[in-house]
Amino acid sequence: MREVAVVGFAQTPCVRETDGTTNGVEMLVPIFHEVLGGLGLTKSDIGFWCSGSSDYLAGRAFSFVSAVDAIGAFPPIAESHVEMDAAWALYEAWVKLLCGEADTALVYGFGKSSAGQLRRVLAMQLDPYVVTPLWPDSVGLAGIQARMGIEAGLWDERAMASVAARSRAAALSNPLAQLSGSPEVDELLADEYFVNPLRRHDCAPITDGAATIVLAAGDRARELCERPAWITGFEHRVDSPSLGGRDLTTSPSAVAAGKAAGAEDVEVAELHAPFTHQEILLRQALGLGDDVAVNPSGGVLAGNPMFSAGLARIGEAARRIHDGSASRVLGHATSGPLLQQNLVCVMEGRE
Amino acid sequence: MRPAAVVGTGQTHHAAKRLDVSMAGLCREAIDRAMADAGVDWPDIDAVVVGKAPDLFEGVMMPELFLADALGATGKPLLRVHTAGSVGGSTGNVAASLVQSGVHDRVLAVAFEKQSESNAMWALSVPTPFTMPVHAGAGGYFAPHVRAYIRRAGAPEHIGAMVAAKDRRNGSLNPYAHLKQPDITVESVRASTMLWDPIRYDETCPSSDGACAVVISAEPTSGQAAWIRATAMRTEPTTFAGRDQVNPQAGRDAARALWRQAGITDPLSEVDTAEIYVPFSWFEPMWLENLGFAETGQGWKLTEAGETEIGGRLPVNPSGGVLSSNPIGASGLLRFAEAAMQVMGTAGDHQVDGARVALGHAYGGGSQFFAMWVVGSEKP
Amino acid sequence: MTRPLSAPLDVGFDYTRSTGPTLGRFLTDLRHRRVTGIRGADGRVHVPPLEYDPVTAEPLSEFVGVASTGVVRGWSWIPDPLEGQPLDRPFAWALIQLDGADTALLHAVDAGSPDAITTGARVRARWRAARVGAITDIEYFELSDEPADPPTDASPDNDVTMVVTPVNLHYTHSASPTEDPFLRGLMEGRLIAQRCPACEKVYFPPRPACPTDGVPTTDQVELSDRGTVTTFCIVNVPFLGQRIPPPYVSAYVLLDGADIPFLHLLLGIAPEDVRMGMRVEAVWKPREEWGPTMQNIDHFRPSGEPDAPFDSYSRHL
Repeated sequence: MREVAVVGFAQTPCVRETDGTTNGVEMLVPIFHEVLGGLGLTKSDIGFWCSGSSDYLAGRAFSFVSAVDAIGAFPPIAESHVEMDAAWALYEAWVKLLCGEADTALVYGFGKSSAGQLRRVLAMQLDPYVVTPLWPDSVGLAGIQARMGIEAGLWDERAMASVAARSRAAALSNPLAQLSGSPEVDELLADEYFVNPLRRHDCAPITDGAATIVLAAGDRARELCERPAWITGFEHRVDSPSLGGRDLTTSPSAVAAGKAAGAEDVEVAELHAPFTHQEILLRQALGLGDDVAVNPSGGVLAGNPMFSAGLARIGEAARRIHDGSASRVLGHATSGPLLQQNLVCVMEGRE
Repeated sequence: MRPAAVVGTGQTHHAAKRLDVSMAGLCREAIDRAMADAGVDWPDIDAVVVGKAPDLFEGVMMPELFLADALGATGKPLLRVHTAGSVGGSTGNVAASLVQSGVHDRVLAVAFEKQSESNAMWALSVPTPFTMPVHAGAGGYFAPHVRAYIRRAGAPEHIGAMVAAKDRRNGSLNPYAHLKQPDITVESVRASTMLWDPIRYDETCPSSDGACAVVISAEPTSGQAAWIRATAMRTEPTTFAGRDQVNPQAGRDAARALWRQAGITDPLSEVDTAEIYVPFSWFEPMWLENLGFAETGQGWKLTEAGETEIGGRLPVNPSGGVLSSNPIGASGLLRFAEAAMQVMGTAGDHQVDGARVALGHAYGGGSQFFAMWVVGSEKP
Repeated sequence: MTRPLSAPLDVGFDYTRSTGPTLGRFLTDLRHRRVTGIRGADGRVHVPPLEYDPVTAEPLSEFVGVASTGVVRGWSWIPDPLEGQPLDRPFAWALIQLDGADTALLHAVDAGSPDAITTGARVRARWRAARVGAITDIEYFELSDEPADPPTDASPDNDVTMVVTPVNLHYTHSASPTEDPFLRGLMEGRLIAQRCPACEKVYFPPRPACPTDGVPTTDQVELSDRGTVTTFCIVNVPFLGQRIPPPYVSAYVLLDGADIPFLHLLLGIAPEDVRMGMRVEAVWKPREEWGPTMQNIDHFRPSGEPDAPFDSYSRHL
């Protein structure tokens, strides 16, 4: 099988609200220039393009179609799109490179969550016959999951607040983060509940943003990047949608994806956990010990651009390979209500 | 890249409103048939790829999530592709690449649309602020380009009616088709209401509920296999200055790459039958040219000479095509599956005798997204 | 720089969902104040009933009646309910394991205060008086050890086969920074296009980026309101939201100085007399009706100039 690596990564600042359209073009143009320019490439050097986005986030059908304008897609390009976080677009592109049909791929995701009311929009992901008609909001559902874990003794509100405090502090060194700071855990716990048992700090912020990754295969990767982040395991799984039928205090799909991808022995893990308790849950599901640096970027609690946040986790993890600060890392992405779908990408640097 | 083959196909009975089933039931009708056709069971399936057009059609955001159990995907990898109207084709291509790459051995691809949950006209024309409302309705987007084709090619006016009559007659041979009109004639099509001049009522596709599924495998699982000899996808922007909307470059590029990969130098003589995405009758001659079956401006002559009928040089849409059934998200995968059925010899009454090489084709958006594959009865 | 124009965008539709036999049975029974689950391959009773087993993916068919009372297995507290939720006063979302079921149902609990509800609390369904065969036939659950209202007799009504689920979402749609001068120009009756700095093509309306070069368009170009019909269709079909009775012409108009045509109405001429290459001019609405929209131009009409030669617009088809 061919070897494929992440060789480039760029993302927009995470912001509460952008001025631009929901088709992402204004956010994508500068990061395409950044990532391609950094590699000394132009659009014609890219063999395959793949993106992830959501029509319901934008509030209209075919919102991804206009995004293609950001590429300047003429002459025509080999291209595909998933209605998922762009981490799954990266997976599709990785498979394409494994096939030998292309040597390079550019993957992107974008979303303008501020255009709608995210908590209600995400209710559209639930069973449309007997669940969505009640309009269960994403924060309300996460609150149930958090409480079940608390009552099962898997985490507590202090541990959750510690995750938030560590995330904000880590984000101080991330200039693109939306939220950063040095809050004390006791300070955070003094806040009132937002959706009991969740406080504001337990929930990722509403974020507009976009991210892009360039993949390359074999020698092309070595040419383009001094220290490519070689993908050694790339797996994803989905769980049953039945919220009351599965154990919400764990994530079988994350466990299975982590095991298949080889999540053990990583030094850094960027986890896509939109709620503090989900970071703890995922650490447990992926078997990450205390020696693993989790979310050195601050993670999505510091900025959660829907449909690119998962891709950005892989990009952030790959960056630790690129800059030589780690030799084996993990990027994780999630999709769907309460961690229903999970993806794990393990990458290595080589001397 | 290792070889992969379609080893089973399945589809629903397509209809304007499949009120007897839920979305899950609709998908399973196609899936169960495909898996039975392939002789496989759930443990044999490594991953599931789902294709569907805009989520606003069914009013569910990423419906594959709530359908995971019904799709047999729980505990497995599940991908959701969306490339506008070409999505059914892209779904087939992505599923094929999962096997060709060696990542999986057997993959289930399923595409569906349950248009009766809403109204596609509504979903596609939610009034967006600052944007001109559509004055023309569904066919109004494509009708001006059809007019441009007729002018450029100098095609006689009855060609569109010939295509419509042929596809609807073919549909009457297909037990799953939404529209079955064995008695339709060129004259009756020409007598039907002119909707978007130059497109008549009988020259437009129906709105259907339906689903299609295929099992793609590295090795045959039963006696039959349609080997995937080539796949291609190309995209260009919806509109740009100087864009050729009649004969888009993206389609031409995709076809050129496809024939090269399949080792085909003369598509018209080397391809035995083609399932081409023709939602409005005039797109048959337009795509015959775009795909390289005919020179620019000459595609209509193949149609006029009867060469695209079953029994002609290149039977096009023996299944009845999109003009006979149009569950949008599934329409592309239906083209791909019907092409596979032809080379496996399982197309029943609409079987093209001796078909060994077949094209499956899909396009979407404003003729800007293209997905295609070539399947053959011989292992490459 | 001022922010680009923005405006509300509401996406609302009443979806009509055929239920199939399994969900149909559940909804039919709800109408009679009965809750019905289904037995899974592993013996568990799922409520609501699942159409396909989460472990084996096989279709399920063994219905099992369960109680409309049960136990809270997990909950969260919503102090500010959102549009469409079961209660407009603070309430709990809860996973409720009904007596006789092995899985939990998601619904609202009217507990009054988060201090009143605990995991393990007993609840009962509060049935709606007018039931239609929907999950909302249970208005909410309430804290109680008592039984819920008893089932009604099976009525002679037809079984539920369809559920209508309204979706109403609210968005703010923003124009792009490149579109903004165009829209503000329209408010003054001016047609402002933008030129791509790379290919120098003139886009009207402007786009967030030039679709062939992927760079924002920069130079503004003011165009006249005259142009050429590149191609067109005659609309004979009535459809939802149509503004004028058919037949009429929807035409691609290439404004003089622009490099891309756009669709607009062509009136003031019998449809059968419209030609590719016809020269046309804008007919504006009264100034007091102008807004940031191309609808300020009511329609185009023939200008009376001779037709443009085919070669002058053939590359725009």
